Amino acid sequence: MLSWWLPENVSTFGQDVDWMFHLIYYITAAVFVLVTVTFLSFIALYRDRPGRRARFTHGNTAVEIVWTVVPALILVILTFLSVPAWSKIKMTMPPTDTVIQVTAKQFNWQVTYPGPDGRFGTEDDKTFIDEMHVPVGKPVRVVLRSQDVIHSFFVPQFRLKQDAVPGREISAWFEVTRPGKYELPCAELCGFGHSGMRGWIYAHPAEEYARWVAENVGAGAAPAAEPKTDAAAGGPTPAATQEGGKATR
Amino acid sequence: MSATTATAHAPAAHAGHHELGFIRTYIFSTDHKMIARQFLFLGLAMFILGGVLALVVRWQLAWPETPIPGLGWLLSDTGGVLEPAEYNMAFTMHATIMIFFVVMPILAGAFGNFCIPLMIGARDMAFPFLNMLSFWVAALAALLMLIGFFVPGGHAAAGWTAYAPLSAVPEFTGTDWGQNLWCISLFVLGISSLMGSINYITTVINMRAPGMKFFRMPLVVWAMFITAILLLLALPVLTSAVAMLLFDRWLGTSWFKPSGGGEPLLWQHLFWYFGHPEVYILILPAMGIASEILPVFARKPIFGYHAMVFSMIAIAFLSWIVYGHHMFVSGMNPALGMAFMVTTMIIAVPSAIKTFNWLGTLWGGRIRFTLPMLNALAFVWMFVIGGLSGIFMASTPVDIYIQDTYFIVAHIHYVVFGGSIFGAFAAIYYWFPKMFGRMMNTVLGHLHFWPTFLFFNLTFFPMHILGVGGQMRRIYNPLQYEFLQHQQHWNVIITIGAIGLALSQIPFFVNFVWSLVKGAPAPVNPWQANTLEWTAPSPPPHLNWGATVPTVYRGPYEYSSPEAAEDWLPQSRPPLRGAPTGRH
Repeated sequence: MLSWWLPENVSTFGQDVDWMFHLIYYITAAVFVLVTVTFLSFIALYRDRPGRRARFTHGNTAVEIVWTVVPALILVILTFLSVPAWSKIKMTMPPTDTVIQVTAKQFNWQVTYPGPDGRFGTEDDKTFIDEMHVPVGKPVRVVLRSQDVIHSFFVPQFRLKQDAVPGREISAWFEVTRPGKYELPCAELCGFGHSGMRGWIYAHPAEEYARWVAENVGAGAAPAAEPKTDAAAGGPTPAATQEGGKATR
Repeated sequence: MSATTATAHAPAAHAGHHELGFIRTYIFSTDHKMIARQFLFLGLAMFILGGVLALVVRWQLAWPETPIPGLGWLLSDTGGVLEPAEYNMAFTMHATIMIFFVVMPILAGAFGNFCIPLMIGARDMAFPFLNMLSFWVAALAALLMLIGFFVPGGHAAAGWTAYAPLSAVPEFTGTDWGQNLWCISLFVLGISSLMGSINYITTVINMRAPGMKFFRMPLVVWAMFITAILLLLALPVLTSAVAMLLFDRWLGTSWFKPSGGGEPLLWQHLFWYFGHPEVYILILPAMGIASEILPVFARKPIFGYHAMVFSMIAIAFLSWIVYGHHMFVSGMNPALGMAFMVTTMIIAVPSAIKTFNWLGTLWGGRIRFTLPMLNALAFVWMFVIGGLSGIFMASTPVDIYIQDTYFIVAHIHYVVFGGSIFGAFAAIYYWFPKMFGRMMNTVLGHLHFWPTFLFFNLTFFPMHILGVGGQMRRIYNPLQYEFLQHQQHWNVIITIGAIGLALSQIPFFVNFVWSLVKGAPAPVNPWQANTLEWTAPSPPPHLNWGATVPTVYRGPYEYSSPEAAEDWLPQSRPPLRGAPTGRH
């Protein structure tokens, strides 16, 4: 039930999120049905009819204790069950050599690879606009930054969301399980071009990814990507057509 | 000031010959009932504006970038098509107006003012002049907010949450004076709320009628009392935050701007430290209203009076330590997120208690399906959905996905429309006879309630589905995203629901105005209710009661008590000699 509403999951931790989602879904659905049946049958049974007087009662301590303790227990259990997935996704960082810097701006994702020297902030860094290539089956670390307002790195099919906050550097990670092309919208209102701020993540099998890196980032042969200084000039995607961003600083 | 307070305290002698001019009676009145009416009119007028803005947003989402019927004159550059910046302005102002100028004025402003003195047996508020000032300052805030629509650059467009630095630097949104006026208006409103809340708290503590012990107070008074405490403690945080935001915009400070060493997350901490108690400021009065109306029309005492009071107090306390759940993916330390998850799960417990107590109140009752009752029942049922959907967001891993999607939009509307607005309708239908001395029309009332209930669900329930599908909130055009294309039909259905919901309000407004003028005269106690306001004439005169205020002998919900032949027993009826005095 309901799983056809969630977009297909293609990340390792996505199934943990989906499992928790479905658990809460079934529990709340059951509670809702119970409450609704009770509610509607009380309304029908105890409608005003002549010759009957309402029951004069101010409550029942035993019953009230039960309906305090039972929801409390369910909620405590849900809390404990939520902890492992949360700490896996947000509090741990699996060791990886795939590190990508994503700097958000109005209204693009600037995706930077370290180049052949493997270090960021050097001359050979390669930056792509609204386009990100990652390997399948390997953890990828994303270092999120923003150069203007708050944006949010949202990959629905990875079940991943993390805000990019100006002045901060926030790391997130994911591991894709299936090759494909996945949408990367911005999920935090970031100005008039918020809608349509969207990139694509291309997940390649390991060999294909290695080839892509060699051709576009690594080997130093004529790079297909535009240099990062041209970032604001606008890329090929619809998002970039909206005045190419308004970076003010 | 001293003269007015003196009259309020020295009642009976003057009550008969109190001739005030038109202006002192209808405009600059210090009478809590007139101030209540003023807040009600303000809220209802703004409700129309907020609703129109919602329709504009909905049209754009269902049929993106097509001309909006009837708005060609306003959006003449584009032939009636809404542009992205205008869209951002529309949803920002929809939320701002509905929260600050509809729900708060109607629930806390109008019904807080109306109910507290009348239901505790006071002749007026503790500070009548301050009370009057509180309304007029709120009206000034509303005026400032409205002026924002007419300034160059348009109104605020950074969302009602005004996240910095988007809101802190004019270039980021292109809005200049709109955002400034937004800050100033909320600052002024904060002052109004401060005056009102001090007044409510003082009145409840000091001005209860003889015999009106704390645990004999009607639950709606408890709700307003607790709401006032939250207002007193929460609103000043927002007031300070918008002042700081304005300094960032005007004076070059850098509270929230990283370029000058500021911290964007500081805004979120301040905003949500206010913002989460604010959610309970919106819903607690409606909970009180439902708790008040259910016993009257089930002809039964409320189930678990003390549990109802303590759960409201628990909600109020907990509401201060759950706010971080708005910031799970903001970059806040994830360990802190876990702590906020624990508190957020816990705050669901008192809400669950209240729901079960409402069901317990219906159990074994003799339910009369009057208009106030129908709206109160709708409140209970819809609040259950709003409460349950909150559990998804409380669970941190699920929230990673759900955050900033339409799921949250669905949730907040089930709480604020399904909860607060149905609570407001219940209150209007219930107290209208006392407030205006006339009954509301029942046929029009049904024509309002049933379509509203139906279209409410048609509008807001599918938003859960959109959210689960991943549709982000605050996007201008869902069709710009490939993964959202397949669910666009839901956006169309929702918009049709929203149009129906808007049309369903027409019978309400017709009924309201018609009944004001032509409604059947209301008897003193049309609902056979126990609480003190129903012992005063309809509408109550200045200072509410004649020579003496009522004395209270029992709790507010002694319906179908064996002590009385009828199925009701007013709080002020003296007990028969030798008979037990009942509970409390």
